[in-house]
Amino acid sequence: MKEEADLAAQTEDATRRDFLVVAASAFAAVGGAATLWPLIQQMNPDASTQAMASTEIDVAPIKEGQAITVMWRGKPVFIRHRTKTEIDAAKSVDPSSLPDSSARNGALPESAPASDANRTKAGKEQWLVMVGICTHLGCIPKGQGLSDVKGDYNGWFCVCHGSHYDTAGRIRRGPAPRNLDVPAYSFLSDTMIKIG
Amino acid sequence: MAQHDSTYKPGSRLEHWMDERLPIMRMMHGQFVDFPTPRNLNYLWTFGGILSFCLAVQIVTGIVLAMHYIPTADMAFDSVERIRRDVNYGWLIRNVHAVGASMFFFAVYIHIARGLYYGSYKAPREVLWILGVLLFLLMMATGFLGYTLPWGQMSFWGVTVITNLFSSLDAIVPGLGTKIVTWLWGGFSVSSVTLNRFFSLHYLLPFVIAGVVVLHIWALHVVGQNNPTGLDIKTKADSVPMAPYAVMKDLFGLGVFVLLFAWFVFFAPDYLGHADNYVPANPLVTPPHIVPEWYFLPFYAILRAIPSKLGGVVAMFSAIVVLVFIPWLDTSRVRSARYRPLYKWFLWFFFFSVLALGYLGGKPAEGVYVAWAQFFTAYYFAFFLLIMPIVGVMETPSAMPRSIAESVLGGSGQPAGATSAPEKR
Amino acid sequence: MTTLTSGMKRLAVFALAVVSTPFVAYAAGEAIHIDRQKWNFAGFSGRFDQNQLQRGFQVYKDACAQCHGISRVYFRNLVQPGGPVFNEDAVKGLAATYQIQDGPNDDGKMFKRPGRLSDRVPPPYANEQEARSVHNGAYPPDLSLITKARGVEYQGSLFAHPFHILKDMVGGYQEGGADYVYALLTGYAQAPADFKLADGMQYNKAFPGHQISMPPPLSEGAIKYQDGTPATVDQMARDVVAFLHWAGDPKQDERKRMGFLVLVYLGFTALLLYGAKRRIWAKAH
Repeated sequence: MKEEADLAAQTEDATRRDFLVVAASAFAAVGGAATLWPLIQQMNPDASTQAMASTEIDVAPIKEGQAITVMWRGKPVFIRHRTKTEIDAAKSVDPSSLPDSSARNGALPESAPASDANRTKAGKEQWLVMVGICTHLGCIPKGQGLSDVKGDYNGWFCVCHGSHYDTAGRIRRGPAPRNLDVPAYSFLSDTMIKIG
Repeated sequence: MAQHDSTYKPGSRLEHWMDERLPIMRMMHGQFVDFPTPRNLNYLWTFGGILSFCLAVQIVTGIVLAMHYIPTADMAFDSVERIRRDVNYGWLIRNVHAVGASMFFFAVYIHIARGLYYGSYKAPREVLWILGVLLFLLMMATGFLGYTLPWGQMSFWGVTVITNLFSSLDAIVPGLGTKIVTWLWGGFSVSSVTLNRFFSLHYLLPFVIAGVVVLHIWALHVVGQNNPTGLDIKTKADSVPMAPYAVMKDLFGLGVFVLLFAWFVFFAPDYLGHADNYVPANPLVTPPHIVPEWYFLPFYAILRAIPSKLGGVVAMFSAIVVLVFIPWLDTSRVRSARYRPLYKWFLWFFFFSVLALGYLGGKPAEGVYVAWAQFFTAYYFAFFLLIMPIVGVMETPSAMPRSIAESVLGGSGQPAGATSAPEKR
Repeated sequence: MTTLTSGMKRLAVFALAVVSTPFVAYAAGEAIHIDRQKWNFAGFSGRFDQNQLQRGFQVYKDACAQCHGISRVYFRNLVQPGGPVFNEDAVKGLAATYQIQDGPNDDGKMFKRPGRLSDRVPPPYANEQEARSVHNGAYPPDLSLITKARGVEYQGSLFAHPFHILKDMVGGYQEGGADYVYALLTGYAQAPADFKLADGMQYNKAFPGHQISMPPPLSEGAIKYQDGTPATVDQMARDVVAFLHWAGDPKQDERKRMGFLVLVYLGFTALLLYGAKRRIWAKAH
């Protein structure tokens, strides 16, 4: 008899109990999810890696026609002092006719057309700064050394899978889907560049 | 079948005592001693046991190697060389582990091909098959992570290329792919951080594999083994107890396999690897030819056969995921390709295509090679998505034996129509 | 059914037509044929010849060591079994001719001391940058693993390739790198008239692109072998390749010796297992 009474009491209590069960479960679930967050987040670049996020380079020693490779965030960055011919060749191309018509400039929106002006700084057209990693599968294109193969467009050539880049680092032919990325950078002085 | 009458009789008082508390001996006896095995299994069925052996070998040698290996970009290559040169028997253990990965994949490919040929994925073995596909995926992940660890040129650039595949997601949600890649790398490029976490995961995954293997064997022992005729066990005459019959056959198969294994370990340890991996990793120099290990080549060929980056990635993963669905894509009433006169040829050509893709995956992605890879990729998918369902419906199976026993002990075949419905749906 | 069969026939004909179209390789650059050499350390029964390794070390030291290191080789390795097995005192003496940086000492200063057996053979340059600046941008690679780190690409017809692979597996072919290094050392020649050779480069038949910045390291009689063997370019190339192959795989002899015993044991075990299996299955039929 007593048990029956208890059962009846429990049924009356049902709503309150349901609420407690739901609330307890929800609290526990939030705790579980919150615990996951640090476990996932720890995989992202740590403070020491983040600290290497920017770098400064003096480009004065680079003579016209030469190029240097500097490391930035563990990636090679190509800095080329372009010749007049190279700049003119890059400027003469209609951006809309390119395989990738976006400037891929970290400082500009995605929709900016891939004109030579959008891939360099105004008044500093002779300097081309970009991440030297092929946008296909991450190889480093050839073309930095004076005697390197430079591909059919006299810029860079990726020997891995045969992507040709022009003198503004834009993909012209081959499997690479995008132009070489131009990182966000600025001129601190006439010849001092800060990348990142 | 799992509920067959076990003949387990606890002998000693200790066994009785144990049997009443944790009947593990009873379970082992029932599942691995007097478990009924089809009497007509051929040597292709010994590869299940061989694969368990491979897993055990990789775990044991891996644990030992981890005692000497150092997972940092500066030290990894040197520590492997120290293992090869200075650690007592280090050269042996390292060769067994490296060659063992290849042997593992060699065995798993035969195991999968056997399942495809004899219809081992068909009802009621769907879950068993899907667990197998999951194991295959886990093996690929483990193999890929492990290949990073020697930190040679091919390790480094292989990881760079393969992890970069995730950046193709940028085509769907801009920035998402890059975020995932940075998260995987723990930096802005493949680095020491990446190596260290890959080592951690490479150590973890084999134990996950071992867990899924237990499920795989469990599922196998619920539905029982398939066999070359694809018929079910109906009478006692169709089967033999696992021990000593199947066990002895497995042991002999394993014996021959280990001979092959030993040949590579002692006389051609580098044949299956790549010369470039004896050059320490260098982020500034890309090898002219980035090729994955031989066992990934068919899928690498599929990746490169598709001209779009995202498309290639999707195709490559689909090539594995499609395996999950074949229990339902295959519409035939008959399991074994032995009794499928038409399908058999399509299947052999499928096997040939996978080999051809493997060959093409090792070639530069240029000119004619791409066209060929596209042809075989097309056939790969057409085989599963078109040929399997259509041929299964259209084809008339050839004459089948009435039972497993008849197929072994002789007797006249029957027209297929009469008995060719072994499948219970 | 009939339509399907004829469809299949058509497919088969198509497949055949496709398969019989010859493959054309568009590999980057011209394919270079590298001859396979007969090495006494190759294959199932091949072992290093101690005298040859000693001669090879001499060639390395006299002709290569100015520019190329073998930094994974320690002086102690030179006296170990399976290698050149030089006299221990001689190697101690050789090691002592090098000055090795050690420290810090009690005053916290780094200092130089003569080399010991436990030291590695010191490389000629402190780092890659120094090597490059000395060599006009070119980098002479470390040679400790050079015969492992180089290989030979298959050049024959496509249809023979699978058999070729099988033959090499059965033969335990591991000497592609050795073949390449030998071909490189003996591959210097006059550049063809139509070949544009860059300044300061040499023409080499075996090197990819045929332009190498390393001048010919070996010349007839440049070395006087201690054992009196005539020092032809071919002889020196063979000896130094053998030595470098050992440097990359110092445990080879131990490995092959153990491998022989293991294969015999496993073969016998497999036979016994086969017998046991036959015996047991006889009852099942």
